[in-house]
Amino acid sequence: MAYRAVLQRIAGALPSLIGVVIVTFLLSRALPGDPAAYFAGPAANAASVQQVRESLGLDKSWPEQFWRYLSDLSHGSLGHSLTTGQSVVADLVQRLPASMELTFCALIFAIIVAVPLGVLAAARPDSIVDHLCRALVTMGAAFPTFFVALLFVYVFYYVLGWAPQPVGRLDEIYYTFPSEVTGFLLIDTLIAGDFAAFRGALAQLILPTVSLGLFALAPIARMTRAAMLAALGSDFVRTARANGLAAGTVLFTYAFRNALLAVVNTLGMVFSFLLGSNVLIEQVFGWPGVGSYAVSAVIASDYASVQGFVLLMAVAYVLLNLVVDLVAGLIDPRVRFGG
Amino acid sequence: MAAATLRDVRYAFGENPLTAVALAIFLLLVACAVVGPALVPYDPLATNSDFRLVPPSSTHWFGTDRLGRDILSRVVVAARLDLGMAVCAVALSLVIGTGLGAVAGYRGGWIDNVVGRLFDTIMAFPLFVLAMGIVAALGNSVANIVIATAIINLPFYGRFARAEVNIRRELAYVEAARMGGNGAALILARHLIPNIMPPMMVQASLNMGWAILNAAGLSFIGLGVRPPEAEWGIMVSEGASFIFSGEWWTFVFPGAALVLAVFCFNLLGDGLRDMIDPRRRT
Repeated sequence: MAYRAVLQRIAGALPSLIGVVIVTFLLSRALPGDPAAYFAGPAANAASVQQVRESLGLDKSWPEQFWRYLSDLSHGSLGHSLTTGQSVVADLVQRLPASMELTFCALIFAIIVAVPLGVLAAARPDSIVDHLCRALVTMGAAFPTFFVALLFVYVFYYVLGWAPQPVGRLDEIYYTFPSEVTGFLLIDTLIAGDFAAFRGALAQLILPTVSLGLFALAPIARMTRAAMLAALGSDFVRTARANGLAAGTVLFTYAFRNALLAVVNTLGMVFSFLLGSNVLIEQVFGWPGVGSYAVSAVIASDYASVQGFVLLMAVAYVLLNLVVDLVAGLIDPRVRFGG
Repeated sequence: MAAATLRDVRYAFGENPLTAVALAIFLLLVACAVVGPALVPYDPLATNSDFRLVPPSSTHWFGTDRLGRDILSRVVVAARLDLGMAVCAVALSLVIGTGLGAVAGYRGGWIDNVVGRLFDTIMAFPLFVLAMGIVAALGNSVANIVIATAIINLPFYGRFARAEVNIRRELAYVEAARMGGNGAALILARHLIPNIMPPMMVQASLNMGWAILNAAGLSFIGLGVRPPEAEWGIMVSEGASFIFSGEWWTFVFPGAALVLAVFCFNLLGDGLRDMIDPRRRT
């Protein structure tokens, strides 16, 4: 029973994946103007444009082009980057760990701060925590991420001098990069036993993590607060209280477990936000991830790279949503047993 | 049609005094956008090499940028472009989204499936990333920023309109209109869409702030708006390079304008919701 539910969920992600592939294909081929000229880049002449047209099969019919696109994808090929000269896949794979490390840290930071904040805000309405929660939520909806990130850099680097210069993942003047094992610097430096570099990498990571996480925090905190308020106002909580259960048991075992489902379900939206804002945050902090790669590709009209990035992010997002769905199934017995 | 009475208006202001503040900011922003270029003390594009990176003072309230341009003038003039992009994007997605969603909700069947799939596919992308991809594909221009922002907002309006039409489809007044021999197009245009308009407008005003953020984010990374042009996102991005020499005013004022605008639209959206939909009052 449970296995079937899991399989159903996985199958449910397939239409999204197909849709994503079709849209990326349309974005890269069905353009006003000449896609071959776009792929060949701004510096191309007529002969090289023609060469690109033939090598990409852009002179063929649309269904044939789509078939070629699919078979290229199945061979793991997203074309070549004009700016780096490497294949787009190699570029993305090389830069992905930096983005993943930042995104994961931001997500963890957001959850660790937002969930207790939302729970406390709901448990004590109109307390200081409740007002703090409301202020953060309002701020998260009104402040541009890139602006807050720049303010942080100004205050914590320039004025206070607490943060290191935002020059990417590790200041290479003082530290050496560890040999790559996982691609996550925090882990690789520990494996290499280089604690100074670990501290260096951590210091570089804090500001981008907080500025990215702050905005993921707002929707999680708002949803936690709302779901906790709903759970705390329900009949089963009243009954639990009337039966004399300890306040902590009521709050965590009864109310929080019920509120958790709503919180997990907002994570899908949070991921959409995190993956998008990653681009802006990487830009501010000179972070060598896929987002800043995509930005320089867009500026340089490096066409294949941008489309590769869009496809990568979309596939990652579909898969993350699938994970959220599966976790929601684990938490909620009603979902698990299809009742 | 749920017309807002004076009592509803009073309720909205009384419930949240900030709504009145938001209304004042809104009027200020609109004034900047409409007559701003005539009011500003300096030409927003005029460079002056004698006054580069001057801190805020009585002559230059917000200071000057690296080319000696007056930042106050640029921030005020930029309101037209920033708000214009957001208004156009929201209007586009409101019209197209409502149309698609209403037809899908009224007709059901395969149209509903196709439209639903379309919205699902848009939502399968991280939205800002999709916007980047669209601008990269269509070409780097302000018009395409508007189109990209409109496309990524489409599902919110479409799904909402679909649900609202779907619950009204079998109501007596729609049934009566059908009995009277009206076609589907007429029923949608004359009876259903006017009825779902108030909640759709609330949705639109809540969405404005997000559209502003999105368009500014795209220009922050260098898409759409071209450099000499005054726009908040690109001004923040140009000012960012002076953080390390401490010229904070180059990015703080345009950024603050952005925050103010988004904040104002979010509050107005909440106020409007309180006026139009009393059930959602807390």
